[in-house]
Amino acid sequence: MAHPERQELRKPETAIDVASEPPHKYVTKPVPRHDGIAQVTGGSAYIDDLRLPGMLTVKVLRASVSKGNLLSVDVSRAQRLRGVAAVITAKDVPGGRYGLSGDQPVLADREIRFKGEIIAAVAAVDLDTALEAVSQISCEVEELPAVFDPEEAMKPEAPLVRPEGNIYMFDSGPCRKIRLGDIEKGFAEADHIVEGTYTTPMQEQSPMETSCSLALIENGDQLVIRSISQSPYLHLRQLSNVLKLPLNKIRMVGGNTGGAFGARWEIHSDHVAALLALKTRKPVKWRWTREEETLYSTHRARWKFYFKDGVKKDGRIVARYVRTLYDAGAYTGMAPYCVEKNAMMVAGPFNIPNVSIDGYCVFTNRTPSGAMRGFGVMAGQVCEEIQMSRIAETIGMGPWEIRFLNVWREGDMTATGKVVDNVAAIECMQAAARLAGIELPERLKAMSSRERRA
Amino acid sequence: MKKKGVGVAVYCHPTGAKGGGDPSQALARLKLDGTVDVLIGAVDIGQGSNTVMRQIAAETLDVPLENITVSLPDTDSGPLTMGTGASRVTFMDGNAVIAAAEDLKRQIREWSSERFEVAPDDLEVRDNKVFVKGNPKASMTLAEVGSEMNTTGWFPMGKGTYCPPKEAFDPETGHMTAIAAIAYAACVAEVEVDTGTGVIEVKKLSQAYEIGTPLNPLLIKAQIDGGTMQGLGFALSEDLGPHYPSLKFAPSNFMDYLIPTTADVPEMSSTTVLLPSRGGGPFGAKGFSEMTSFPPISAIIGAIHDAIGVWIYDYPATPERILRALEAAVQPEA
Repeated sequence: MAHPERQELRKPETAIDVASEPPHKYVTKPVPRHDGIAQVTGGSAYIDDLRLPGMLTVKVLRASVSKGNLLSVDVSRAQRLRGVAAVITAKDVPGGRYGLSGDQPVLADREIRFKGEIIAAVAAVDLDTALEAVSQISCEVEELPAVFDPEEAMKPEAPLVRPEGNIYMFDSGPCRKIRLGDIEKGFAEADHIVEGTYTTPMQEQSPMETSCSLALIENGDQLVIRSISQSPYLHLRQLSNVLKLPLNKIRMVGGNTGGAFGARWEIHSDHVAALLALKTRKPVKWRWTREEETLYSTHRARWKFYFKDGVKKDGRIVARYVRTLYDAGAYTGMAPYCVEKNAMMVAGPFNIPNVSIDGYCVFTNRTPSGAMRGFGVMAGQVCEEIQMSRIAETIGMGPWEIRFLNVWREGDMTATGKVVDNVAAIECMQAAARLAGIELPERLKAMSSRERRA
Repeated sequence: MKKKGVGVAVYCHPTGAKGGGDPSQALARLKLDGTVDVLIGAVDIGQGSNTVMRQIAAETLDVPLENITVSLPDTDSGPLTMGTGASRVTFMDGNAVIAAAEDLKRQIREWSSERFEVAPDDLEVRDNKVFVKGNPKASMTLAEVGSEMNTTGWFPMGKGTYCPPKEAFDPETGHMTAIAAIAYAACVAEVEVDTGTGVIEVKKLSQAYEIGTPLNPLLIKAQIDGGTMQGLGFALSEDLGPHYPSLKFAPSNFMDYLIPTTADVPEMSSTTVLLPSRGGGPFGAKGFSEMTSFPPISAIIGAIHDAIGVWIYDYPATPERILRALEAAVQPEA
């Protein structure tokens, strides 16, 4: 087991005279976080630490099947339990749906698209009462065939995850297309064709704090939500749509989160807590369990990438085709955004004259995917970089050489036509080699992002 | 048998939302005692962005760091932002904070011009004071300005906004150039593979990042260290669907879903690279936080190949996948 040595902060590796920089008083200085110690020692009050008089707690009934018709829900027994303040189902939602694409119901209405989808929610005086009430809710579900694999879901005979079809339609058709140069001409010019298919994992953001909301009515008729949202304004709009309230009747207060990493880019608990607070006129807190967080909150999607590269004998990549498959899960959320951002960057920081990318976004009966640190860009470039090393191996070149040869210089262009400036890929590789104690060939050490030598 | 290998990867990461059009607004208010409230809409989700916003505001206004408070987001009183994501806060909200602080300085100069009977342009806000250029004795502290300005019919509140231009993909070619800035990184990974158990030990990661002007080296190092461990999990152990696409055995807790612990931390060294030209962010900064989890992954997979001569195509590269790949290399399928 390796034990890290305490590492000093390094001064930037510099290609310029730092003394010529304007003197800074505060920026560029190693200022510690003013809230850091409190955050990690329990000094900060997280939402779950907050207690208000008369505060209710929440538990929900989740779908036990991945696909089905919700024929009936009976909450009458649960409602009659002593200590239960409210039980809500889809009919208690005054407005529409939520999510970045606005297609996910807060509470399942008629159909179930993934296991764990919320059917009913209880607000009660304590946890035991809430759990008892959930156990008293009965529902009738007609289970239907589900599909979990994006390749399967793309087949015409696949069960429909949603009535519109299992493939998201972009304005460019069933995939986001990136087209640069002439891909067939590029393959024809190539001496080698290197193909590779890669899959990446579904990664859970694993924030220390699980989803948590505290909703209450204040200031007469204003709904206040203490939220761990990463994007209170984006969520304000979605909540306004769900609750049918104008933006100035909902106040979101946040800013103290126990980790997010993208997990707080979609609403998980704010909507249900808000509905229950509006119904009971009491403070309502809902904190998810770790099991709920892991199984039913959004996560980094599984991707599948097929690469086909045309390479010259000297190592120059002259054509790159990428077909990407994104498992969106059961609702749209950020999926098209992810696929598009991936399409922008999946060809990597390389000067390739002929590029063709087909980015597909496919629905399955899984927990909806969502944001996680670098989503879109990350999985694609991870596989692209492994493909680069495989190209180097195929043509008998070193993994450093292939990158130095093809990587962007100042003024090169991305696959989407952006001319890049302030390029520094070569300088980063040189610096990383120095840190690792690797002696690069003089030729590579002399290279710069400012010029391209033949 | 334990075998060693080395791998390398290079990366680029765009700052800000795909297609631009993602606004950030900021307010900077001078209080009665000369301290300043900075209001932004972005949430500090642990990366320390509020600390960076304090630095940016203090630098722009030239007031002590402790005189700046960055308020926690509140959709009633606070300004609007698209949110904390896409490595955008330092860049977009930072630019908005600079604009708000510059606007506050302009208001202070305007108010002071009557007092000192000079044009606003002949005044300078610096060193926690406003003073007449070339005549440092003709000055007032910001505490005096805050006290008087707020009680003589003025409202010293600077506002600023930053919103990159919006652009859609061309449906046929995918042409789209709305990328605010691109940061770069490279990583060298050294691993040791146990060919008997398939267990991989990452021995050392050496990383370099070019992120424009590094605004806070302490927080940058924290981002790199933390992001690296998330990358390590992606590369070697984390998967919500171990038998994808089956839902059976889906992990629901940290016994089944394995995130790296402190015991898995390899020797890590990282540096930033500073070039003459910079991005369009505050003081030349680029956004970068998200990308800290990418570079180790491909470098580790490359190092595994260097060590045992097989490529892993499905990630994470679990011991099972390593052993199966080794087996397939010895006995190719008929």
